[in-house]
Amino acid sequence: MDTIIKIAWRDLWRNKKRTFITMGSIMLAVFLAMFMRSMQIGSYNNMILAGVTEVGYLQVHDSGYWNNKSINKSFVYTKNLKKKIESVENVSNLIPRLESFALGSFGNQTKGIFLIGTNPEIEDQQTHLSRKIVKGRYLKKDDTGILLAEKLAKFLKADVNDTIVILGQGYQGVTAAGKYEVVGILKFLAQEQDNKMVYTSLSNAQNMISPYVPDILSSLSIMLDNPNKMVKTQAELQKTLGNNYEVITWRTVLSEMVQTIQGDNAGGIIMLLILYIVVGFGIFGTVLMMTLERRREFAVMVSVGMRRGKLSFVILIETLVIGFLGVICGIIISLPFLIYLHINPIPVSGEIADMMIQYNMVPAIPFSLQGYIFLNQGFTVLILALIASLYPIFIINRFKVLNALRG
Amino acid sequence: MGIIDIKNLHKVYTDTKIPVKAVNGIDLSFQEGEFTAIVGPSGSGKTTFLNMVGGLDTPTEGEIIIDGTNISHLKSRQLIDYRLNHIGFVFQAYNLIPVLTAIENVAFIMQLQGKSKKVRNKRAKELLDAVGIGDKINNRPGDLSGGQQQRVSVARALASKPKFILADEPTANLDSKSTSDLLDMMLKMNKESKITFIFSTHDQRVMDKARRIITIDDGLVVKDEKVDK
Ligand SMILES: Nc1ncnc2c1ncn2[C@@H]1O[C@H](COP(=O)(O)OP(=O)(O)OP(=O)(O)O)[C@@H](O)[C@H]1O
Ligand SMILES: [Mg+2]
Repeated sequence: MDTIIKIAWRDLWRNKKRTFITMGSIMLAVFLAMFMRSMQIGSYNNMILAGVTEVGYLQVHDSGYWNNKSINKSFVYTKNLKKKIESVENVSNLIPRLESFALGSFGNQTKGIFLIGTNPEIEDQQTHLSRKIVKGRYLKKDDTGILLAEKLAKFLKADVNDTIVILGQGYQGVTAAGKYEVVGILKFLAQEQDNKMVYTSLSNAQNMISPYVPDILSSLSIMLDNPNKMVKTQAELQKTLGNNYEVITWRTVLSEMVQTIQGDNAGGIIMLLILYIVVGFGIFGTVLMMTLERRREFAVMVSVGMRRGKLSFVILIETLVIGFLGVICGIIISLPFLIYLHINPIPVSGEIADMMIQYNMVPAIPFSLQGYIFLNQGFTVLILALIASLYPIFIINRFKVLNALRG
Repeated sequence: MGIIDIKNLHKVYTDTKIPVKAVNGIDLSFQEGEFTAIVGPSGSGKTTFLNMVGGLDTPTEGEIIIDGTNISHLKSRQLIDYRLNHIGFVFQAYNLIPVLTAIENVAFIMQLQGKSKKVRNKRAKELLDAVGIGDKINNRPGDLSGGQQQRVSVARALASKPKFILADEPTANLDSKSTSDLLDMMLKMNKESKITFIFSTHDQRVMDKARRIITIDDGLVVKDEKVDK
C-alpha cells in the first residue's frame, strides 16, 4: 500500500505545472463558489431573520384559520391558554394580534383596509413599528386611536387628528363599526402595505370586532429561544394545545419569501454547477493525460504482477489528492475574505438600504460563515474528482498490456 | 518433465488484415537451472513465443505447463498473480518504475507479494548487492546508466523468487561492455542460485555465453543444441 501511495504522489509532481494549474483552477472555483454562497446564504438568513421578527417562528391560530382567514376563526386568548403555551420548552416571547379586513371611510372616500390590533409595547419591541411613524405619535397601551399607512391616508385625504369610520364584519356575526381618531401616520416602503395598513391597540380592535366575547385573537406569534429546535417545539405545542388550534411555522406564513429564496438559491446553484462542470473537465483532462502517458509504465506493473485494481487505486489517489489540495487551498484563501466580510458586511446605501431598514434588516450585505458552505464545496469537488477518475479507471482496467508495452 | 513443458504451441495474430502465423507448433521442454538463448531472424517469433511462456499473451492453440500448472487455462487475474509469484521479467527497455528508487523498484515486487517491509528491504538490498550496484540503491532509474538499470531489472525479476526469468533481448540497448558485464552477472546468479534464465538475442557474444541455444525460424524450432562448457 505505501509504495502505491508513493507512486501516486511522486507521479503527481512529475508534471508540476500541470498539477498546479489543475489544483489552481479548483482553488479558484472553490473561492468563487464560497464567496457567492456565503453572500447568498448570508442574505437569505438576513431576510429570514427579518421575516421571522415580523411573524414569529411559530404561529398559533384557531384550527383552519390559515386556509380560511375568517374573523370567525378567531380564538379566545385566556390566561390559561397563555400559561399553557408559555410552559412549552423553548417558547420565549408571545406577540398577540387580531387582524381583519374592513372598510375605512373619511369624508367621501372609502377604501379596503387591513386592520391589525396589537399590543403596542410588545409590537414595538419586536418589530420597531414606531420607527415607521412619519407624523403624529405611536400607540399607547389600550389606545383608542389608530395609525394609518401614508398612502392610505392620502387616498382618504385624512390626516392626524381626523376621525375615520371603520366598518367590517365582527366576530360571530356582529357588525364591527366605530369611529377612530388618527393619532399617527406610518410610512411603509412596500406599496402593498402602504396602501392598506391600519394599526391600533389590541384592546381597541377587540372591542370593535368582538364586543361580546372578550380577548379574541386571530394569531399568536411565538419567538423561540433556540430556532434550531423549531420543529420539535411546533410538535410539542400542537400536542399541548390539541386539535382546536393549529400551530404553523414561519415557512408556511412566509411561503412567498421561502419560494423567492428557493428560486434565487436554485439560480445560484446552477451557476455553481456550471462553474464546477468546467473545473470537473479540467480535472478529467489532467487525470486522463496522466493515465494515457503512463500506459507503458502501467503495462509493466501489470506484467510483473500488479493487479489492475491497484492501478485504479493509484489513479484514484492522484485525483483525490488534486481535488482535496485544491479545495483546501480554496478554503484557505477565501477564509480571510469571508471572515472579514462577515465581521464587516458590505454597506448598502440608497433606496435598497431604506427598504432593508424598513424590514428590520441591517442595511448591509452579510456574509455567512456557516460550516456547511465549506463542507458542500469540499464534498462537491471530491464527488467531481471521483467522477473524473471513472473513465481513466475504466481505461486502466481494459488496456492491452502487450500493446502498451510495445508503444 | 521439465519446469516448463510446451506442447504444440501456435499463435496466429488475427487483428491484422491478413492473419499472421507467428508461432506454428513449438514443442519444447526447459529444465531447472538452464541458461538458454533463443535466437533467430527478425520476425521469426521469438518475442511472441516468450510472451506466451510468460503469460502475457494467450496461445491460439497448444499448452504451456509450468510446474504442473497449465497457464493457458488461467483467468487474467489469476495469470497476473501467477506472473507475480512464479515468473521474473527482464525487458529490453528496462521498464523500471521511474518514480521509484532502485531499492524501491525491487522491494515493490515483494510488497505486491505481501512480504513485510523488513523482509523486502533486506532482500532488495542483498539482490542489488549481488547484481553489483549496491552503492546506487537510492538512485532513481533516470540517474542510472542503461547497464545499471538493466541490473536493477534483473534484481527486480529475482525478487519474487520466481521459477525462471524470461528476458526478451535484454542487452539490445546496451553497449558491449555493459552487455558482457550483465551476462557475467546473470551467469553468476544462474550458477549460484540455480535460477533458470531464458532469453532471446541477436547478439553473437550473448549466444556464446548460453549453454543451450534454440533457433527459431518462421515460428518453428529449427535447431536446439546444448553447449558444453
Ligand atoms: N501484435 C501483433 N499483431 C500482428 N502481428 C504481430 C504482432 N506481434 C508480432 N507480429 C508478427 O508476428 C511475427 C513474429 O513477430 P515477433 O515479434 O515474435 O518476432 P521476433 O522474433 O521477436 O522478431 P525481432 O527479432 O525483430 O524482435 C512477425 O511477422 C510479426 O510481424
Ligand atoms: Mg522480438
